[in-house]
Amino acid sequence: MRRVAATDRRARSVSASGLVAVVVGIAACGAWLWAFLATDRVWLVAALLVVAAIAFVLVPRVDAVGAYRDAFARHRRVAVALSALAVLGVGVALYDQPYPLLMLCTVLLFIVPCIGLTIQTGYAGIVNFAGAAFFGTGAYTAAVLASRHVPHLAGIVAGGVVAALVGSLLILPMLRTRGYYAALVTIAFGILFSTFLEVNNALGGPQGLKLPGIDLVGWKFNRDVAVGGERASFYVNYVVLSLALALAAFVFARRVERSWVGLAFDAVRLDETAAAAFGIDIARAKILAFTLGNFLCGIAGAVYSMMQGFIAPNNFTFGESLILVSIVILGGLGNPLGLVPAALVIVVVPQKLQFIQEYRFLLYGVLVILVVLFRPEGLLPRRAREYFAGTLR
Amino acid sequence: MTFGGLTALDALDLDVAGGEILGLIGPNGSGKTTFFNVLTGLYRPRAGRVEFAGRDITGLAAQKVFRAGIARTFQRSRLCLPLTVFDNLMIGNHVRLQRHLAFNVLRRGALRREFDANVEASRALVATFNRRLATRLFDAASALDMIDRRRVEICRALVSAPRLLLLDEPSAGMTHGETRELMDDLLQVRAARAELTIVIIEHEMNVIERMTERCVVLNYGEKIAEGPFHAVAADPRVQEAYFGQATA
Repeated sequence: MRRVAATDRRARSVSASGLVAVVVGIAACGAWLWAFLATDRVWLVAALLVVAAIAFVLVPRVDAVGAYRDAFARHRRVAVALSALAVLGVGVALYDQPYPLLMLCTVLLFIVPCIGLTIQTGYAGIVNFAGAAFFGTGAYTAAVLASRHVPHLAGIVAGGVVAALVGSLLILPMLRTRGYYAALVTIAFGILFSTFLEVNNALGGPQGLKLPGIDLVGWKFNRDVAVGGERASFYVNYVVLSLALALAAFVFARRVERSWVGLAFDAVRLDETAAAAFGIDIARAKILAFTLGNFLCGIAGAVYSMMQGFIAPNNFTFGESLILVSIVILGGLGNPLGLVPAALVIVVVPQKLQFIQEYRFLLYGVLVILVVLFRPEGLLPRRAREYFAGTLR
Repeated sequence: MTFGGLTALDALDLDVAGGEILGLIGPNGSGKTTFFNVLTGLYRPRAGRVEFAGRDITGLAAQKVFRAGIARTFQRSRLCLPLTVFDNLMIGNHVRLQRHLAFNVLRRGALRREFDANVEASRALVATFNRRLATRLFDAASALDMIDRRRVEICRALVSAPRLLLLDEPSAGMTHGETRELMDDLLQVRAARAELTIVIIEHEMNVIERMTERCVVLNYGEKIAEGPFHAVAADPRVQEAYFGQATA
């Protein structure tokens, strides 16, 4: 009896120390993020990147990490909630610095289409090189609807829906092709999309379109926030919305992965013949994954365009699609969590280190090659499916 | 069934009774696996008829054949190696799981109950094969050795409780000892499910001799002999197919 109580107490103390580890870890990441976004000193940016790089190289080699990772797995709801709070905290801490806030929003809004690509490529194995086109579809949908005075919330949702519908045009050729050929279909579509925008005058042609700031049932996003005499940049509004969107997309993707649907996606990606032999409907899985991914791209594109206030065809080119794919590969194919550090590297680093801005595509290319050579599973490799916390044992 | 100009499967009349274990043998390239692929809907035959439990299933898609109750293993392992043993088993059970997105994403409590029930059932099924393997349900399939992978493959085919099990060379790539172990397991499973019909493709004659009551010999896509193993093995046409014509 007493022994049971002792084991119980030990289990609880392990659990408590695990919780402390989770809190400390997330706080450290939050502090790092704050410093990284706030600073414009090149040496500090470089130092922070070195710290992060050392962490990524060393962490997998330390024995204690296994226990630490278990702690995150055991407290995964708490960890997700705390991480969201930490990002919100960073946004609040940067309240009077519009530029870092804009970068934070951009990172969050890039994570959303990348989660879409993770569902498509990482889970179901559908390579999509037209992410920016679906992102752009959402953006243009929001622009057109906003100019017709459709409520913005409806416009944003419509952005996702229209992106998914446009994607359904590709479903037939996607289902009839595999691997490289399916990828080529998306490349062709992506190039077609930006060319179409260039020559289509109804959508502003090469000059693009202007958009109003978001107005969600009276909450005007482009107005600075005044709290007790302090004025916060209006970008704080966008941080809240982008964070909510990214969080929802993240939780959604996680739940999809940790379910029978995610299992069907994996089965289709890994071996279509075996999947068919066990009764899995391959077309259904592919259509579902493709549609979900494009919906996420479209919704993020709608919010992003309204935050920017202006969109043009060259925001949604094949090159931009490659950026999304680079984030997905760098982060770790199939792990939505990896998208966070990857998006920070791809989106923020060229902004912070202005001297590499011109060479950023070169940088992305080199990064992807380095990842493929030395860490093919990405910064945060995908782990085995753990349907529910603690079931992986 | 033809590939280009090659006729891989030609005149094969084959009846399998419910609850029987039938051996399918023949030299390399005689059409055994092609026969399985035609049965399971991976290949569509140019002529002929496949009937299962009184129903015409000729040319049905693989998914529909599986749903009708025919499960198979593959000659070369087709496990999803990065996935866990449990995930692989659930691929085999997928048609019996809730597949709707809304259910899977929103009704996590109900999903949890379905998950728990399936973990229990999987553990019980794997334990009939091997107790030790039942403790490794959440290990990656890639971490298993050859014989355990084969066990998991057979379990994956059994988990949905099919009426007909097609085993394509279960002994491939294994030692004699391992093969014997696997056959013990199979007979044990079989003892618990007497209604299960099994067709085994094998090159390992010990397996055929031990497992089957009747076997069919194929050569160049045609049935050349049929009967109990010893009778078939003594048939001169079978010996010729395997060893070539004796030079006079």
